[in-house]
Amino acid sequence: MSPTTSSRFDFELLTVSDVSRVYGRHRALSKVSLTLRMGEIVGLLGPNGAGKSTLLSVLATLTVPSAGSVRYGDVSAREGGPALRAQLGYLSHDLQLYPELTARENLEFFAELYGLEAPSRCGTEALVKARLTTRADDQVLGFSRGMRQRLALERVLLHQPRLVLLDEPFTGLDEMSSRALIERLRELKSDGRIVVLATHDLDLVQNLVDRVVILRNGQVVELATGDGSLKNRYREEMRLK
Amino acid sequence: MKSFLRVAWLVMRKDLRVESRSREMLYTTLFFSASCVLVFSFAFVREGRPVEGAAAGILWIAVAFSGTLALARAFERERQHDVLRGLLLAPIDRPAIFVGKLLGIVLLMVVVELVVVPAIALLFRAPFFAHPFLMATLLGTGTIGFAAVGTLFAAMLIRTQSRAVLLPILLYPMTVPVLIAGVGGTVALLQPEANLALAKFWLAMLVFLDVTYLTLALWTFEPVMTE
Repeated sequence: MSPTTSSRFDFELLTVSDVSRVYGRHRALSKVSLTLRMGEIVGLLGPNGAGKSTLLSVLATLTVPSAGSVRYGDVSAREGGPALRAQLGYLSHDLQLYPELTARENLEFFAELYGLEAPSRCGTEALVKARLTTRADDQVLGFSRGMRQRLALERVLLHQPRLVLLDEPFTGLDEMSSRALIERLRELKSDGRIVVLATHDLDLVQNLVDRVVILRNGQVVELATGDGSLKNRYREEMRLK
Repeated sequence: MKSFLRVAWLVMRKDLRVESRSREMLYTTLFFSASCVLVFSFAFVREGRPVEGAAAGILWIAVAFSGTLALARAFERERQHDVLRGLLLAPIDRPAIFVGKLLGIVLLMVVVELVVVPAIALLFRAPFFAHPFLMATLLGTGTIGFAAVGTLFAAMLIRTQSRAVLLPILLYPMTVPVLIAGVGGTVALLQPEANLALAKFWLAMLVFLDVTYLTLALWTFEPVMTE
């Protein structure tokens, strides 16, 4: 798989500085600052409504911050434009697939949209990674949540983005699929990608992520995972809420 | 430009493929427009003679209302599964998404017109085929103008809960000039002795409206779609 657009622009560091996002009277994010480095998996934790999805959407350049800035290497989202977007992969809670299309058609459509060389080959390789080769020509409509999740993840990774943003990627996955996803995320980390995943599954996150960012009422509390006490500290944070 | 057209083509091809499997927009618009023509034929045709000018009005009413039905569903697939974010995140010129969606809607409306025009010609004894080129151009330009405004509004309302109510409220006042020009041109063509000069005047008006609406839509699509 060789993306045609990604070679134009790349970054190794993502810097979020004092980012706030306000919807009417509701402050979804409040002065969030953090730095993400290549080859790092960062877990985004927090209760419902803490601002995890908003932060992911801001990082994906789909939501403009009300204040503060996000810089991808040396450029902002506005400066980066399409070349920057070619380096972003974002899987939201809804899976961004067309149910009426087959798995192969979904992958090929997005491969063509991203201007990848040989979209058909890209699609086939993604189907292998999603373990869906036997269902390649079936409409996504008939897939289980787990199958859709695997397909959606490979759809997001088609163009080999530098920054991978995943919102609840373990939803609907059985144990085997969860393990496969963890292996896939470790592969991405070793490839030098920056992975940010929002999740509630602390057991999975504890042994996977390099750092954890806990959001509470739109504000960040950053914790390291090295001492293995993530779960207790997360619960402590949630109790404070 | 080549990349822009390629993306527009991809989006349109995808929409047609999805529609060919679900056929929900096609069936809805066809049944509605056919019913509309049939019901009006009972009201406006007496003893085999239609009310003068009724055929032109009914044609554009059928086109506008069935077009609204299609437009209400235009971005529904993107909304339901959040695919819109996937499209917006792609490294493409975002207005190309608008053009792709617009082309899909226009094609669907053309299919409806291919059914409605012969039906009205038959039921209202309207000479739609006396000046086929002018008639087709009038319908084509009118359809593009109506669909351009409608596609933009459908996109704007994608995150709005009451979009089904808001779409016609926004769409009809904006597209009244298109509908008036369409009806005016069609009436001029359907007269016993067609008034070609008048028909061409209304056609020029439609072309002007198309250019205005398309320019505004292409200009505003990206800011409207990004938060």
